Amino acid sequence: MIDREQVLHVARLARLELSDAEVERMSGELTGILGHIEKIGELDLDGVCPTSHVVEVTNKLRADEPRPSWPREKILGAAPAVRDDGFEVPSPQA
Amino acid sequence: MTSFEPVIGLEIHVQLDTATKMFCSCALSFGEPPNTRCCPVCLGLPGALPVVNAKAIEYGLMIGMALESELADRSIFHRKNYFYPDNPKAYQISQYDEPLCRGGRLGDVRIHRVHLEEDAAKLIHVGETGRIHGSDTSIVDFNRCGTPLVEIVTEPDVKSAEQAREWLQLLRETLRQLEVSDVDMSQGSLRCDANISIRPVGETGFGTKTELKNMNSFAFIERGIKAEVIRQTEIVRGGGDVIQETLHFDPRTERITSLRSKEEAHDYRYFPEPDLVPIRIAPEMLDTARAAVPELPAARAARYEAAGVSADNAKDLAFRAELAARFDDALPVADSAQATAALFLNQGELAAEVEPESVATVSNLVGAKALTPGNVRAVLEILAERGGDPADVVASEGLGAIADDGQLEGIVEDALAANADAAEKIRGGNMKAIGAIIGHVMRETKGRADGGEVTRLVRAKLGL
Repeated sequence: MIDREQVLHVARLARLELSDAEVERMSGELTGILGHIEKIGELDLDGVCPTSHVVEVTNKLRADEPRPSWPREKILGAAPAVRDDGFEVPSPQA
Repeated sequence: MTSFEPVIGLEIHVQLDTATKMFCSCALSFGEPPNTRCCPVCLGLPGALPVVNAKAIEYGLMIGMALESELADRSIFHRKNYFYPDNPKAYQISQYDEPLCRGGRLGDVRIHRVHLEEDAAKLIHVGETGRIHGSDTSIVDFNRCGTPLVEIVTEPDVKSAEQAREWLQLLRETLRQLEVSDVDMSQGSLRCDANISIRPVGETGFGTKTELKNMNSFAFIERGIKAEVIRQTEIVRGGGDVIQETLHFDPRTERITSLRSKEEAHDYRYFPEPDLVPIRIAPEMLDTARAAVPELPAARAARYEAAGVSADNAKDLAFRAELAARFDDALPVADSAQATAALFLNQGELAAEVEPESVATVSNLVGAKALTPGNVRAVLEILAERGGDPADVVASEGLGAIADDGQLEGIVEDALAANADAAEKIRGGNMKAIGAIIGHVMRETKGRADGGEVTRLVRAKLGL
């Protein structure tokens, strides 16, 4: 059971502001998701290694060779506000 | 009064000197205009997929080898979740319970772990004060975002601020000689945090620790740790409790301030990075890394000490890899490893222009009293200019030490006669006045007289 306090804690870490109705809904949805995961606990998993990835692939590595970056205009095109060629954001300390 | 001892662990972040970022092919940035070294991957745009830089793995393995760590067979990346504008994905790709390297040791400090991760973007805080507190707006430059980082975590084996500084200097030199990073602290390519606690001397448990963040010079690290140890000691002596928190040391004011409030205690919710497959360290990866690891400062210094070089000189040489390589060539012909090491260190630049074997031979000539220390430089200068056999140069230039006791005795007598007042002072017990006599003799002999021998003769002549 993910209670109201836990929802608010996670929301605070993600800097999300939730209405009371949203907190209620998230509590239900997150509890549902965890319930789903707990279902796995009903299986006999002795001798099964934990899986961190669903495909049996290792070492997808890239050679250390530079390729062109994107033009700055294109990069900054996605910024909510631009100042001094950078992304302007509310100060995290404010 | 109870005395306390500090218990210090260090966390070092090293920017790797690869050509490209950790998970994308953007070139690393060295002061380019803001946001010109970015792409959808390092900006965390939806759908962009990271791919691990093979060179960063190789450098990580080299560092692990240099620190005598246990290298993982298999290693995976995790997402470390946090919300802050220096990271557009709202998580940093890091490593958690399957790091690249575990354990190890450098000098007198054990290593806990070594892992790979990515650097964050640079934030410039603007607003009324321009400083981080009281700013109302921040500007983000993502050029640095995604730069490969290695995080090195030590065990709490450091006992003092001085030891922390000395050990970090050894670590920096080790990384420099590995050629995996430019280790420039002023540019942030080597950054250090210190976890500090104190405990009554003799106790083995740990007190509550604080974390002193991001100190960017050896001097600040030493001063910052000292200031924090004093602060904690005063709290405990005053009957208070140290609070676990993250602190900032201001080198201008020597003051320590709290960086984050306790409510924001870290809760990173690590989970395996689904966009990256596991790394399996293949034998050929280990071979490549091992072949790139040279003899490192700690091992080199130990080898020199075993050969008879003093601890200080051995360390100084080991910290200067190019000079040390020349010393290695000189060592087989050196009569005294210590004297030859000292000559290399005292005449560093000049000695580097002379055949290493010849430097050793010059040192041997001094040892055999065939050449005075005062004329070493003159001989090296000639050797640097036109080479040749040191003994021949000494002979042909007339720079050999005066061995004939009778000849030197006459010159000393003349010097005493010419400097009667100095002679009088010496007789009266003022040994400083002997400088005038030695100076006279050295002028007359063009530096070919042995200073110790002159002193002995002066005392004998004056009946001292």
